[in-house]
Amino acid sequence: MCLAVPGKVVEQEGDEVARVDFGGVRKSVSLALVEDVAVGDYVLVHVGFALQRIDPEEAERTLALFAEMSQRQGG
Amino acid sequence: MSGKPDLEAGRVELAHGGGGRAMTRLIEELFAAAFDNRWLAAGDDAAAFPAPAGRMVMATDSHVVTPLFFPGGDIGSLAVHGTVNDVAMGGGRPLYLAAGFVLEEGFPLADLRRIVGSMAAASREAEVPVVAGDTKVVERGKADGVYISTTGVGVVPEGVAVGGARARPGDRVLVSGTLGDHGVAILSAREDLGFGTELQSDSAPLHGLVATMLEAAPGVRCLRDPTRGGLAAALHELARHSGVGMRIREADLPVREEVRGACEILGLDPLNVANEGKLVAVCPPDAAPALLAAMGGHPLGRAAAEIGKVTADERGFVEMETAFGGTRLVDWLYGEQLPRIC
Amino acid sequence: MKYVDELRDGATARRLAAAIAAEADPDRGYRFMEFCGGHTHAVFRYGVPDLLPPNVHLIHGPGCPVCVLPVGRVDAAIELARRPEVILCTYGDLLRVPGSRRSSLLRARAEGADVRMVYSPADSLRIAREHPDREVVFFAIGFETTTPPTAVVVRRAEAEGLANFSVVSNHVLTPPAMAHLLDSPELDGPAAPSLDGFIGPSHVSTIIGSAPYEPFAREHGRPVVIAGFEPLDVMQAIRMLIRQVNAGRAEVENEYTRAVTRVGNRKAQELVSAVFAVRESFEWRGMGSVPGSGLEVRPEYAHLDAERRFGVAVGQPRENRACICPSVLRGAARPTECTLFGTTCTPDHPMGSCMVSSEGACAAHYAYGRTRERAEA
Repeated sequence: MCLAVPGKVVEQEGDEVARVDFGGVRKSVSLALVEDVAVGDYVLVHVGFALQRIDPEEAERTLALFAEMSQRQGG
Repeated sequence: MSGKPDLEAGRVELAHGGGGRAMTRLIEELFAAAFDNRWLAAGDDAAAFPAPAGRMVMATDSHVVTPLFFPGGDIGSLAVHGTVNDVAMGGGRPLYLAAGFVLEEGFPLADLRRIVGSMAAASREAEVPVVAGDTKVVERGKADGVYISTTGVGVVPEGVAVGGARARPGDRVLVSGTLGDHGVAILSAREDLGFGTELQSDSAPLHGLVATMLEAAPGVRCLRDPTRGGLAAALHELARHSGVGMRIREADLPVREEVRGACEILGLDPLNVANEGKLVAVCPPDAAPALLAAMGGHPLGRAAAEIGKVTADERGFVEMETAFGGTRLVDWLYGEQLPRIC
Repeated sequence: MKYVDELRDGATARRLAAAIAAEADPDRGYRFMEFCGGHTHAVFRYGVPDLLPPNVHLIHGPGCPVCVLPVGRVDAAIELARRPEVILCTYGDLLRVPGSRRSSLLRARAEGADVRMVYSPADSLRIAREHPDREVVFFAIGFETTTPPTAVVVRRAEAEGLANFSVVSNHVLTPPAMAHLLDSPELDGPAAPSLDGFIGPSHVSTIIGSAPYEPFAREHGRPVVIAGFEPLDVMQAIRMLIRQVNAGRAEVENEYTRAVTRVGNRKAQELVSAVFAVRESFEWRGMGSVPGSGLEVRPEYAHLDAERRFGVAVGQPRENRACICPSVLRGAARPTECTLFGTTCTPDHPMGSCMVSSEGACAAHYAYGRTRERAEA
């Protein structure tokens, strides 16, 4: 349910609109539902609206959990 | 009305299909001028040409596309490539094309000239002349600008026998390049979806690539261009006709980053997205290395890859080893491919 | 793509699979329900079950807004679309969904109705501006994820004074549906197979946060792990659930911390409660009437509520009796146990709700999992 895709904010286009890049495909996305989003941030986009800013530190932490585990498993 | 058509600012009128002088002028000034060959210049109802020795193949394809102009091509070039490729997938060297145009009253002649010009350029580049044609005009609102139907004939070289029913268990499956470029380019040109990309349609004539392939590996068993329905549909057709299964490897499928991105945001699968300049080939295992090398050496096969093999499975299932490490079924598309939100 | 590719990595998946196998107790079974269709889709698309030990079972829940929309509401959409003054806008997902007597919005369009697929609810506003002489109705479906965009659009239509725009709200709420599932005798009765925990919604939770599941975990004694929709997220969530079960815990944990916080998106929540009110109850296809599980447009925005404006009546047409979707949606039966599955009922001609969307349990089985099911049988 609820297809939402992470994309990178590359350009502020208007008051509540930004251009967001998804692997080389760009789309105008409404920022009406989020606060304090800046160019360079990653946001989760659903039906043309950003739902949340993706927290890069938390993402790193999640990935680190996998990495840590794989080291323990001996690769 | 019976004068020279205004190709800058004029529009298609019903008289342009009425069989009178206006139609003749339009055909002369626009179509015959662009395609410029002796068959059309002869002005006969039918083109006459010598029949080559051997087996001949014939294919026909009607082209309707929205929008008519898209990154990397338009309906004109597409109408040439589509039919040239169908002939080539029969193992044939395409010789001649015939084209039927259905024009909507009111369609700008400048746009029509652009389409016919691009079609003529594509036919010259492919070295397959359009030797016969037809034009009809329908009332405004009864068509979507322009429809082009093309028919092609070609000759199959001695010793070549490709067909959709010839795949055997153990055969290898190859594709000539990246998947989904055409479909995504078309979607990107659709205003209602509102996304932008540098991606171009892969629309291209494949008979040169096919000739190179057949020379390197005359034992090629199946060729198919994965147009509508994408790779998934092409593999299913081959599996069904041959009474076999297929097993492909996701990690080996060539897919551009932009195509993946567009598919992510629209909820589509690159395996279902259309191509217009790619082919799928099935060959015996020992022929695969030579075939892959030959494909990779051709400009239209640079990103060619071996993606899997034919399996013994009379149910005709197409399976995929996912890059993630699991297995799943690759299914046909159900009905029209619609972007989804969930 | 960043935040996508690294979460689909096969090598990491193998290691995570080994970790799960090591932690799962071979002497017991684990039955986890992924509530969301997004998880169901990911599970099948990436072949996640192949990487799980045989005693870990995934039960596919009802979290697909298209699948749970009752036939009567599909019929209402078709009826609205057939009104000559109406342009009916909706998401592509809904167009093929069967209503009564094999009708659908696509079929209605073929018969002359003006039905437009939109990618974003904002597109329906644009269509309303472009056609001031027509009535543009946005037929809104979706869970908490999709509701805030609809709320934005309603507010914008109000601000612009767009007189020809209105919305049918079919928005539904996740926590009441999860609670309803666990209260069902099929799942919690003496003969019911137990459900050991939930993989909690990803994108719904970006909006509502993780807190709403806390009373649920407490009262029902089932662990919930909120997980992203990428396959490594799903596997990590399974591992976290196994740990909770092994330790006898029933807590809400969050694997999807990169996008979900405890409180969620306050701005979106405020917008939603300004525009929508909770309905007393709402009908879910396959689950029946679920109290407090649907949203309707608030009276302040009555003029933008198509249900009021057009007097939309929702009937209760009968479903095919052989269809076992209700049991499938509750996780009490597997799609292949249905006599219609793959014969009368296919994605081309869906009979029941679970076959209509690629996220439905039956459609996902049909598209991605048939070989496995048959191999098991």
